[in-house]
Amino acid sequence: MTKRRDFLKTGAAAAGIVVAGRLLTPADAFARLARYENADIEALLLQAVDQLRSGGASFADARIGRYRRQNISTREQQITGVSDTGSMGLGVRALLNGTWGFAATRELTPDGVAAAVREALAIARANRIPGAEPVILTPGQKHGRVTWKSAYTTDPWDVPLEEKAALLFKANAEALKVPTVRFVSTSMSFVKEEKFYANTDGSIISQTIIRSDLPFNATAVASDNSDSQSRSGPVQPMGRGYEYILAQDIGTNARLWAEQAAEKLKARSVEPGLYDIIIHPSILFLVIHESLGHSTELDRAMGYEANMAGTSFLSPPREKLGTFRMGPDFMNVRGDRSEPGACATIGFDDDGIKPDDYLIIKNGIFNDYQTTRELAPSLDWWYKKQGKATQSHGNCHADSWSSQQFQRMPNVSLMPAEKDASLNDIIAATDKGIVMYSRGTYSIDQQRYNAQFGAQVCQEVRGGKIVGQLKDVAFQMRTPDFWNAMDMIGGKSSYELGSTFSDGKGEPGQASAVSHGCVPSRFHRLMVINTGRTR
Amino acid sequence: MSPLTRDQAKALIERTLKLSKADAIQVNIGSGDERNVRFADNRITTAGSTNDLSVRVFSSFGKRGAVSSGNDVSDAGLEQIVRQSEALARLAPENPEAMPLVGPQTYKEVRGWFDSTANVTAAARAQAAGTMIDASKKAGDLKAAGILIATSGAEAVGNSAGVFAHHPSTSVDFTTTVRTTDGTGSGWAGVNDPDWAKIDFKATTDRAVTKARLSRNPSAIEPGRYTVILEPQAAGDLVSLVSNAFDARSAEEGRSAFSKPGGGTKLGEKIMDERVTFVSDPTDPAILGTPFDGDGQARERRVWIENGVLKNLVYSRFWAQRKGVPPTGGSASLMVTGGTQSLDEIIASTERGVLVTRFWYIRPVNQRTLLFTGLTRDGTFLIENGKIARSVRNMRFNESPLFMLDKLEAIGRPVRLSGDGGGLVMPPLRVRDFHFTSLSDAV
Repeated sequence: MTKRRDFLKTGAAAAGIVVAGRLLTPADAFARLARYENADIEALLLQAVDQLRSGGASFADARIGRYRRQNISTREQQITGVSDTGSMGLGVRALLNGTWGFAATRELTPDGVAAAVREALAIARANRIPGAEPVILTPGQKHGRVTWKSAYTTDPWDVPLEEKAALLFKANAEALKVPTVRFVSTSMSFVKEEKFYANTDGSIISQTIIRSDLPFNATAVASDNSDSQSRSGPVQPMGRGYEYILAQDIGTNARLWAEQAAEKLKARSVEPGLYDIIIHPSILFLVIHESLGHSTELDRAMGYEANMAGTSFLSPPREKLGTFRMGPDFMNVRGDRSEPGACATIGFDDDGIKPDDYLIIKNGIFNDYQTTRELAPSLDWWYKKQGKATQSHGNCHADSWSSQQFQRMPNVSLMPAEKDASLNDIIAATDKGIVMYSRGTYSIDQQRYNAQFGAQVCQEVRGGKIVGQLKDVAFQMRTPDFWNAMDMIGGKSSYELGSTFSDGKGEPGQASAVSHGCVPSRFHRLMVINTGRTR
Repeated sequence: MSPLTRDQAKALIERTLKLSKADAIQVNIGSGDERNVRFADNRITTAGSTNDLSVRVFSSFGKRGAVSSGNDVSDAGLEQIVRQSEALARLAPENPEAMPLVGPQTYKEVRGWFDSTANVTAAARAQAAGTMIDASKKAGDLKAAGILIATSGAEAVGNSAGVFAHHPSTSVDFTTTVRTTDGTGSGWAGVNDPDWAKIDFKATTDRAVTKARLSRNPSAIEPGRYTVILEPQAAGDLVSLVSNAFDARSAEEGRSAFSKPGGGTKLGEKIMDERVTFVSDPTDPAILGTPFDGDGQARERRVWIENGVLKNLVYSRFWAQRKGVPPTGGSASLMVTGGTQSLDEIIASTERGVLVTRFWYIRPVNQRTLLFTGLTRDGTFLIENGKIARSVRNMRFNESPLFMLDKLEAIGRPVRLSGDGGGLVMPPLRVRDFHFTSLSDAV
């Protein structure tokens, strides 16, 4: 979402890369993989931490990251792009007299490290404003030398390119068998992050993370060009390897998804009004993300994002924690970075903290914010009241070696009902409603109250049965009213993860990946608008 | 480390080209420094400095091609990038739409580099951010947040068909949002210029402060159709989205806003008010953009919409060849012209309308009509009898910039917008029947 000047966009059109500084998305680190052993990396990290400490920092950390991304794009029966990009570098952070300084460099040499250290300390000194409240951190954790690896079995870089392209072409061919479907585009995106971290608390952490995505779009066009309808996003990105791509069976399912696009051409345009809306996890994850994920970020509640992502309706904390009713008693929402395969899952955060699992909403009441070591101390009163120690939840993250870490969303998930129920059980219990699948249009205000969501596929429910597809459907909502209108949710067997690869926040903008687990859920009488007007 | 000079970029590209064993190779280089100071809650929260240098290589064998990139420019590092792009290219299926590399071009000279920006110190950056923080602190009832980003960089492209181009440039972007401590008011202001010396931090700060105070205690108005005055930022947020539909191929293939029912495109048709003209021109003093695209194709002045008539669509090199027309390049920068009035003059001539500072979270709703949804933010006011009458609550809209520009009442003098690195130059607008669909509680 960040827009940049041209020189920072070199080659972006063809390669999906943005060049210069933090604006780089991951680029290739092959050469350096070969040249840098872990021992070299550790030596550079420890040099940085030692020099930052001797330069006066009360706390300091250093990160070296190798970020790699592979992308294969196709349309119909042709390749449109193949790229393998990446970058490697060092970011150092110093807390000096209660003020942060950060510097990043691609020069991975003792001289390069020393220059970055000097720059970070100089920035921290320049930014000290007399009388400003100093940054105070929660106590650190000493982990020693530890490693962590995300839940993948097949490294996508071990799979030949031809095999990947062949699978995409097979899916495209299946989709094109549907008569009105004239265009189909598919791609595979893979991310591999190797992160090395050290800090003044005595931790040396190395982590390997792989994520995979499979974007799909089929477009059906009416024979007279008077209308076109698309179906996209049937597959969720996941913190898994190539085995996840294979499990999607796109060679078969592509036709099904294409038929949904074709069927939309004939779908009835929705009558605006009030409907019971049944939301499948493939879109409910995004509603959770926007309305609960972002509103419960403590930095937003404190005004840190006022100029960009916005603040939060859950502010000030003293008036909201433990009292604000977000939804019905059966609503429990968990923050975690531990669920296997979820996109925000990690062993240790970029503050050097092992994240914990915690309830953000407990029995319908707002219970906790997402925190980092810098943010958590302001909630000391709340944790004391509950007899808990004031600790970070481990929600600190930087999207690159060249970005400064800050509070980012963990996986924020809606827990299933105690009694098991399926999507079909919910449909059968609904008289007049609409079932919505896969994210369509979505938009929410900067305090996370007013939102509008569309879907890729909308089915009309009458008398407990699906009677056909609808188009031009979007519902409008106000966050607390919406969640309090939730009157039926699925059980454990209907729980699924939905994810996004690029959640934007911060300035300069950073993108992070996050997942949300949830169950199909019904919301009583939401306002549906028709989005098909032509003037 | 500074951005690469022309000679340094040329030497690096030549080193890379020499390593190639492919039929054709293209090399893109981006290099530069980015320095920022972020502030919130009336203090500096984070600040950083980053340098990088990235090499992107496209190698091809016949119609097979692939890209690899990295930021290690040692001999071994460069060799790895080139070899990897070649290995991937050999494995890639043939692309029937692959085009030969761009041949030698003549480029316009654009002077987008300012030493004042490239040399700005950490102390000067902190002091600039301090202008806003001090003003807000002194007021006592305000909290300021914002960001100052100074970038200096250079992009370069070269290929085995004889292209070489290099463009250094700088940019300063300063945006701030001031909120009242009672939580009822919020005002935004921003400024962008390639030249640090031309940025008026004080004036930008004052605008945000004034707006924050004026926006206090907003009252609700019934959602519906309103005459709106869009400040240049708000106008740009929506109007720039029209360029998403400029692709000729999509239009000709029947899946764009500029497709004509029954076949063909709307080229040559009047699609909006005759006062509106859309131009891309890297050499315009208000833009100072890169005079070439990622393939090294020279960027020329292009008029997309002239006096309301759709004059040109974007023809990629492949589609242009297929259609037997010259390639156009894209709309890397966009300037909308047509008026001379100031924002204040437009406000003064408005009997009743809603003044919008900026929009937020804009997302497409309908690709055929370019219908978008989003919300107003950080300064929304009711204008009555040529004056700001009161602050009003933020609202969600569902509207198309195409509908909007067809219902134009007034168009003002365009200004360079912040937040986009200077790529957008937009006028204030007044349009009627703008569709607000719901109220938001957000401040």
